[in-house]
Amino acid sequence: MSDFPLVFERGAAGRRAARPPVTDGASMAELLGEEALRADPPRLPEVSELDLVRHYTQLAHRQFSIDGNFYPLGSCTMKYNPKLHEDAAERFLDLHPYQDPDHAQGILALLHDLQRDLATITGMDAISLQPAAGAHGELTGILMIRAYHEANGEGEQRRVVICPDGAHGTNPATASMAGYDVVEVPTGPDGEVDIEAFEAALGPDTAAVMLTNPNTLGIFERRILRMSEAAHAVGAQLYYDGANLNAVVGRARPGDMGFDVVHLNLHKTFTTPHGGGGPGTGPVGVKAHLAPYLPVPLVAREGDRYVLDAERPRSIGRMRSFYGNVGNLVRAYAYIRTLGAEGLRRVSSMAVLNANYLRVKMKEAGFTIAFDRVNMHEFVAQPPAGMRTLDIAKALLDHGVHPMTVYFPLIVKEAMMVEPTETESLETLDAYAATLAEVLRRAEADPAYLAEAPRHTPVRRLDETTAARKPVLRHGFGDL
Amino acid sequence: MPYVPHTDDDVRRALAAIGVDDVDDLFADVPAEILDPPLDLPEPMDEVALLAHLDALAALDQQAVPTFLGGGVRRHFIPAVTPRLAMQGEFVTAYTPYQAEVAQGVLQSTFEFQTMMSELTGLPIANASMYDGASAVAEAALLAVRQTHRETVMVSRAVHPETREVLQTYLWPLDIDIEVVDLEPSLTTPVPAVGDHVAALIVQDPNHLGYLEDMPAMAAAAHAAGALLIAVVDPLALAVLREPGSYGADVAVGDGQVLGVPMQFGGPAFGFMVVTDGLLRQLPGRLVGQTSDVDGRRAFVLTLQAREQHIRRSKAKSNICSNHQLAALLATVNMAALGPTGLREMAEGTVRRAHQLAAALRAAGADVAANERFFAEFVLRTRAEGATVRRRLAKRGVRAGVPVPAEYGIGNGVTLAATELTTDADVEALLAALHDVGELGVVGTEVVA
Repeated sequence: MSDFPLVFERGAAGRRAARPPVTDGASMAELLGEEALRADPPRLPEVSELDLVRHYTQLAHRQFSIDGNFYPLGSCTMKYNPKLHEDAAERFLDLHPYQDPDHAQGILALLHDLQRDLATITGMDAISLQPAAGAHGELTGILMIRAYHEANGEGEQRRVVICPDGAHGTNPATASMAGYDVVEVPTGPDGEVDIEAFEAALGPDTAAVMLTNPNTLGIFERRILRMSEAAHAVGAQLYYDGANLNAVVGRARPGDMGFDVVHLNLHKTFTTPHGGGGPGTGPVGVKAHLAPYLPVPLVAREGDRYVLDAERPRSIGRMRSFYGNVGNLVRAYAYIRTLGAEGLRRVSSMAVLNANYLRVKMKEAGFTIAFDRVNMHEFVAQPPAGMRTLDIAKALLDHGVHPMTVYFPLIVKEAMMVEPTETESLETLDAYAATLAEVLRRAEADPAYLAEAPRHTPVRRLDETTAARKPVLRHGFGDL
Repeated sequence: MPYVPHTDDDVRRALAAIGVDDVDDLFADVPAEILDPPLDLPEPMDEVALLAHLDALAALDQQAVPTFLGGGVRRHFIPAVTPRLAMQGEFVTAYTPYQAEVAQGVLQSTFEFQTMMSELTGLPIANASMYDGASAVAEAALLAVRQTHRETVMVSRAVHPETREVLQTYLWPLDIDIEVVDLEPSLTTPVPAVGDHVAALIVQDPNHLGYLEDMPAMAAAAHAAGALLIAVVDPLALAVLREPGSYGADVAVGDGQVLGVPMQFGGPAFGFMVVTDGLLRQLPGRLVGQTSDVDGRRAFVLTLQAREQHIRRSKAKSNICSNHQLAALLATVNMAALGPTGLREMAEGTVRRAHQLAAALRAAGADVAANERFFAEFVLRTRAEGATVRRRLAKRGVRAGVPVPAEYGIGNGVTLAATELTTDADVEALLAALHDVGELGVVGTEVVA
């Protein structure tokens, strides 16, 4: 079997697919000086337009996607990305970030109203649209908390961020980047944070508590109001990781749960495409006492015009250039304006309905449910004894559907974290459960079945060990 | 239309299977006092109404007029084939490629991206992209601190002001000091005396005002002190300018918008980071490596993930999780479409158009700064404040003039950028508008706002 070619291995010297307008004139050496110029051109592909089209079309066919089939990655909220939003975003492509704000009033109005609507949806007082991703929003939020404590003269005293042991990896990584020590608290037998351990961990050194609610097991923290009271009683700030907001969007608000800061993953709850890994978009919302620390600039209204307000002396500063991933902000705005409040309530209601339905179906198919109870938008399952989650995941690929998130959260052995989202029909969920049952049946009949899966994917299992031990991170052009 | 497929029958069937009576029973764990708050959101709109609403907003925004704005984002040629290929649904609606067997599209195109960024910069190891150029610079500074165990970075004032602000935000909680190098009258960075407490010297080339820096001398100054040189570069310029690897830069970072990403009011584009072999283990962000499958076929996979947050948690090199994959794919397809010749023609067209613009302005009596060594943009001293000039030009149908901040000490001024898309008619429009607003040296002209 031959290798699928790299774009560098197609075409021939002298070909190309696109031709820019050409300007004749003085040479680069005359204009810039010989010493400023590179000696050899970069070795970029030289392909015809049709070669280019076939290459990236064939690569697209070697890629699993939501558009192609069911993609129930837990914690990732792989819901349908409406085509309408692509049309919406195209209306704002030719805007330069430094054009005169008086001649960008349309996009500023849109961003201003999106700030307002996200504040309403989260129950917060102010929103920054700037962060580029969820983890970037986390860093923004924790830095604001740090600035707040320092302004109160408690910067030296508060050194610790508390995270549950089931937290997303970004939470402790963020706390470290913000200069904090991390203390993990255990999950109790009901799948919720161990409340005694939590309260014992809180103290005068606690800067913040980072929580996801529902948590990474898909279970709502029923004691959330007690937890927020306890955190605030010791002067800590409560941070909401919005990765799981799809479970409650429109029906419950982090602000009402007592959170002081929240980040949203617009690429999860608000349908901006994941894009194969990004760009995400991670707006941050705060209660009023933290609003002075929001990154600059904010979009503000002054009389009848919208402005970029960078004159905010207590701000933590900028988190990135310009104002945010505006193309994605337009998509999220389109989603909110299409759904309205009632539509958003239906999103979370049906997301939770679908997840509970699939939980029951997977249990019937022979899987164990970790912390088996009514869940929210996702749940964590385990394979029958003796089987490995990784093998089942690989077998699913042969059936044309995507596995769930595997081996997360870390606190459940052989974890399979399943999040179907609200945009999937019951027929799709039934078919997935039937496929899972079929995989178990065949695995029991033939032990080699799992070990050799997948058989029918574009490539089969990879040698990841060699990839890491002898990293090849670029094409060699035959000379490396 | 919440994109939810459930019929009433579906809901009943699902509830029966679950064994509850009502959807609200599934929300019983949410404390009653916080469930279902009233939400004051606008009424929903259908597809036609939504697009009409967006059209009305877009009509308030100046688009598709002569444009001379730079400052990190420019309007460049993007062939039709680029977005058509990169924005296919399979790429747009894929997740991070954790299941490599069914993600070769994203993985291989990322490997191609890493190769292209390596070729452009002349450094061996590129990651799979970052959020943007500014945050990539901040991450590069953190890399240098980890590598050298020193706690000061030195940065040229001619590095984009927003980039320096982001650097400040990232370094502040870690108690890392920033020393700023002031500019010479030529609006370039003098070769600084780098102390042995400095982790990295950060210089942007071409700098924020458009001018070329003496990068080989910067590398020598940094290395003499045991510091890294972080070169903040314009990737399109590298089609003609000397590449960071050729002058000894340890890290090349920058923003990829100019490689085929629409301006989109500043985002999303992507940042990139390319490093020497010795810095591989300190590199933040995702990496794609080549390997083979059990049948011996070449294949690609996310690798060296032990640096990353989902494995290392609080010990990770960065908290970065998402990259800007789709924007990086736009650049990958775009570079493949243009090839070395097309990319060079764009860069050369940019340089020629910018220099022609400067000459035309001088001929018309404008006060263009004296330094001739610029790539896409240069400084124009103005009578009115930069932002005022920009607003007056906008009223005359021209987008031009990024204000030069007061910290550069040149008084009132703007930068003007040209690209290969700039036409003679665009230049005439700019000259006419500048004349109109009294910035072309015509004595006694009164300015009308």
